Amino acid sequence: MKILVCMGNVPDTTTKIKFDSEMKKLDTNGIQWVINPWDELALTRALEIKEQSGGKIEKVSVINIGKADAEPTIRKALAIGADDAYRVDAEPSDSYYIAAQIAEVAKKENFDIIMCGIESSDFNDAAVGSMLAEFLDYPSVSAVSSFEFNDGNVKLKRDIDGGKETIVISTPFVAIVQKGICINPRIPAMRGIMMARTKPITVSAPVETDSLIETTIFELPASKAACKMVDAEDTDKLIELLHGEAKVL
Amino acid sequence: MSIIVFSENRIGKIKKQSLEAVAYATYISKNNSKPVIAISVGNVNNDELAVLAKYGASKIISITDSNWQNHDSQAYTKLIAEIVEKESADTIIFSHSNMGKAIAPRLSVRLKAGLASNVLALPLSYSPYVFKRKSYNGNAFQQMKIKSQKCVITINPNSCDLVESPVSVNITDFTPTTVANAATKVENIDLITGKILLTEASVVVSGGRGLKSSDNWKPLEELAEVLGAGLACSRPVSDEGWRSHEEHVGQTGKIIAPDLYFAVGISGAIQHIGGISGSKVIVAINKDKDAPIFSYANYGILGDAFDVLPKLIESVKKFKSA
Repeated sequence: MKILVCMGNVPDTTTKIKFDSEMKKLDTNGIQWVINPWDELALTRALEIKEQSGGKIEKVSVINIGKADAEPTIRKALAIGADDAYRVDAEPSDSYYIAAQIAEVAKKENFDIIMCGIESSDFNDAAVGSMLAEFLDYPSVSAVSSFEFNDGNVKLKRDIDGGKETIVISTPFVAIVQKGICINPRIPAMRGIMMARTKPITVSAPVETDSLIETTIFELPASKAACKMVDAEDTDKLIELLHGEAKVL
Repeated sequence: MSIIVFSENRIGKIKKQSLEAVAYATYISKNNSKPVIAISVGNVNNDELAVLAKYGASKIISITDSNWQNHDSQAYTKLIAEIVEKESADTIIFSHSNMGKAIAPRLSVRLKAGLASNVLALPLSYSPYVFKRKSYNGNAFQQMKIKSQKCVITINPNSCDLVESPVSVNITDFTPTTVANAATKVENIDLITGKILLTEASVVVSGGRGLKSSDNWKPLEELAEVLGAGLACSRPVSDEGWRSHEEHVGQTGKIIAPDLYFAVGISGAIQHIGGISGSKVIVAINKDKDAPIFSYANYGILGDAFDVLPKLIESVKKFKSA
């Protein structure tokens, strides 16, 4: 069996976000690029499952839709332990476009399990995994916080708002994962970094897709008024402000 | 043309987020005169369904067949697509909830309808639609134009005021042609009961590493109780195992947007802010005057949580009984 992990290349989450003068594009000066944190969790769990599968899972691949400058981040995924990688050479303009491109590669390669993080830390769309599943006509399970693979049988736990469901599913399927799926994301070790240099990255050209949406402009949050400090002895005052001024009590 | 809202319920009760989605649809309807139709799947009685009409849904399509109890996103997508076609809907609205996130993107592909997810405000324009949505974990907003004829949107909690707009309603029991043919099988459901859900709570009380150990949660629990608030924590607290992961709010945990958020002993790392930046009002209680949380908070108390909390509980009690 083969697992595909979809990975976004995103600005480090501590980056101070800035845009160009027209507020249309991210100002990428000085940005550190990383694997999207949720995709990193997906990759870590995929590798754990492979290692525990007693050879049933032969391979974990990663895929990224991005230009050549995404390759250092893809190499990082290979250093963490992915066996090989795919890159579709295109700007990852929106979720629909990304999912359509991944679907093309996935159709050719017949992966049994596809894993995606629940959202990306740049567009916060929470859409690629579910869109991909619809393109492929696969079932999908979202908000997965536990993934067990025993002798080819898959058991997932998904968060429903206010509880958890245990789900049984057969391959192929798309699992859209979130926190809880593994304890900590893996970091590359020196041996992994050396090995990653020779692992293959298959690059392909994008296919034509529909364009359904367009970003017109970005905005930054309005600067906030300074925090109003209340004396620690005067908690009555705080309640009065929350009631009378902020009107939230 | 019509506007469809997918209404969610929990143990027979319609979720607050779904009422917000109906209120949102009604705002759009006032602008373009398209009727608002709500879809409800599950065992919800007609009195409860009628609540949707209070916020402007003039037609409710109710599917009570127990075969649809498994929320399989693939099957639900086909079901909703069937209703979209039947009602010639061009705008389909979900909550940005776990269920909305699971179905809306699939529906977007199936209908070739542009997806605007994580929408934070009423449309900036109606023809074409332009939506303001969250991006970069709340560090920026994106204005997104829909180019397709149909669109699917998911609304962030607390992004639309619950304004009543009652209409007379027609509730239809609907038997879809689509078969509830789920590839997923639900083996077990573990519901959290007797607790205020974080995603529904209008007030949330949250504790951080400043509370020092799991034994020290009593005053925070008491504050939550007197306020009728949900209880949350920061990531280090759940990583240490002091509190359950269910309570973790932050970029990788739950993302919430209550009216009022109390951050107690939470320093305010950017990853934490990513989960709470949608809160209307943030109150920080921290003994470190340089804690970053004070630069995000609207109100702050500089002091030790263990001294401040008992006083604050008394103040809330006094306020509630006044």
